[in-house]
Amino acid sequence: MENKALFYYILNLADDKLVLAQRLSAWTGHGPFLEEDLALTNIALDIFGTAKSLLEYAAKIEGKGRTEDDLAFFRNERQFTNCLICEQDNGDYAKTILRQAFMDSFDYLLYSQLAKSKDETLAGIAAKSIKEITYHKRHSHSWVDRFGNGTEESKTRLQTAINELWRFTGEFFETTDSDKELAKQSIAVDASTLKGAWEKEILTLLQKANMTIPLDAYMQTGGRKGVHTEHLGFLLSEMQALPRMLPDAKW
Amino acid sequence: MSEFKPGLNMSVNFEEVFESKLAKNDIIEPKDWMPENYRKHLIRQISQHAHSEVVGMLPEGNWITRAPSLRAKLVLLAKVQDEGGHGLYLYTAAESLGISRDEMLEALHTGKAKYSSIFNYPTLTWADIGAIGWLVDGAAIMNQVMLQRTSYGPYARAMVRICKEESFHQRQGYEVMTKLSFGTSEQKEMAQDALNRWWYPTLMMFGPPDIESPNSDNALKWRIKRETNDQLRQRFVNQTIPQIEYLGLTCPDKSLKWNEAKKGYDFSEPNWEEFKNVIHGKGPCNKERLSSRNKSHKEGEWVRAAAMEFARKQNETA
Repeated sequence: MENKALFYYILNLADDKLVLAQRLSAWTGHGPFLEEDLALTNIALDIFGTAKSLLEYAAKIEGKGRTEDDLAFFRNERQFTNCLICEQDNGDYAKTILRQAFMDSFDYLLYSQLAKSKDETLAGIAAKSIKEITYHKRHSHSWVDRFGNGTEESKTRLQTAINELWRFTGEFFETTDSDKELAKQSIAVDASTLKGAWEKEILTLLQKANMTIPLDAYMQTGGRKGVHTEHLGFLLSEMQALPRMLPDAKW
Repeated sequence: MSEFKPGLNMSVNFEEVFESKLAKNDIIEPKDWMPENYRKHLIRQISQHAHSEVVGMLPEGNWITRAPSLRAKLVLLAKVQDEGGHGLYLYTAAESLGISRDEMLEALHTGKAKYSSIFNYPTLTWADIGAIGWLVDGAAIMNQVMLQRTSYGPYARAMVRICKEESFHQRQGYEVMTKLSFGTSEQKEMAQDALNRWWYPTLMMFGPPDIESPNSDNALKWRIKRETNDQLRQRFVNQTIPQIEYLGLTCPDKSLKWNEAKKGYDFSEPNWEEFKNVIHGKGPCNKERLSSRNKSHKEGEWVRAAAMEFARKQNETA
């Protein structure tokens, strides 16, 4: 493959989106109230849409005749390279919202940069996506604020979610040599450069919500190498079962 | 000049105004006077309709995480979201008649309010998603098209939007059935099995036979309904049989036959005993649907409380 580095870079982006949307979509029909059910479903739809565009592009770059569905449904857990935070279970609404707030802040920074990529397809996908992420971030951040400044119960739940999820945020900023090479060519974004801005935004948000960062924090890693938490296997089993049961079928 | 006398004379006039509006095919708006039984009938019908949309999210929602392609997933997710949106317009339309959403939800969650019985049947395979869109939404449209011209304004306007989206859903459902019916032998088998299971429950959606339908008379008079259950059921069968034939599937009704004299099909009635059982809580998924709604509502309680408390604090500092 001519463009192996770009293929894997796009797969990283796509897997983050696909796995996160898969998690979010499980809320549909089960939200805390109808308006919020609709909002979260909308967000899941946007993110699936981006995942689909990215996988289509990855398949095209790979040039082996695979489709976006082949990449989504016929890769195993060791071949998925999403960040571990995307695959964490939904938990309660505080955990789902906090995971989203962390991701939205990161994606906002990442996709703003990607929209300027020299790769026109990638820039186009990012430009469309950034409008959606702007709305997603407003949604998730406003709920973090509500929980942090709401009832005693919502505060406790939000703090519990922070304690659970903080250790997965270091992975956002991991970057490989080949990513750096692509970044030098203004095709990809070197994620490590986004760390300062992300931390500033998130710490401000959490401070406003009167939350604290766990002191014993250590950062988990592995997702980008396909070494996942135990959650991903279950998620993929459910998602991939039907196409794998009838591999010759068209849907 | 006669003196202005409020009271009895006024209400008699109001009733006349209401009746003459109905006679002229005029629209009744929330602030217009309306008879109490008209209001009650509408609250019951619109809230049941809203509940049906919201409960209807569950059987289809089952398949969102298992949809077999990315496109299928996006289409299904958008569809289920539409159903939630329909629930929202309808709750709002019902609220204009003087009932709160909390009261309606309470009635749903305690099992006092009904919702469409069709959603008490399980979605066992991916073909069920196709069958629901094609048959269930198809039957719903047939019931609902006439509601776009119903006498109560907010309901009629909600229905205009809902019908547009439902006909889109029906085409999507038929597309799923087409892919399966013209696909591999396993896919075709899946499609036939779904048709077999959904055929009679869909026919039940039009309600009991006319001779046994308790709510039809007033509903027809008030233009809340415009055709009878049996008329609609017949029309649905006539429309659906050619679609089944196109798919190369077989209608599970062995005694189905074209009747040249009536230019329609003769068909077997569904099992009305089963219909009554499902309505009275004894269907395959009644317990699951109700407990799922209750669980989500209960687990969302702290979220709603946090939002209220936050809003209260904001108002205090504002």
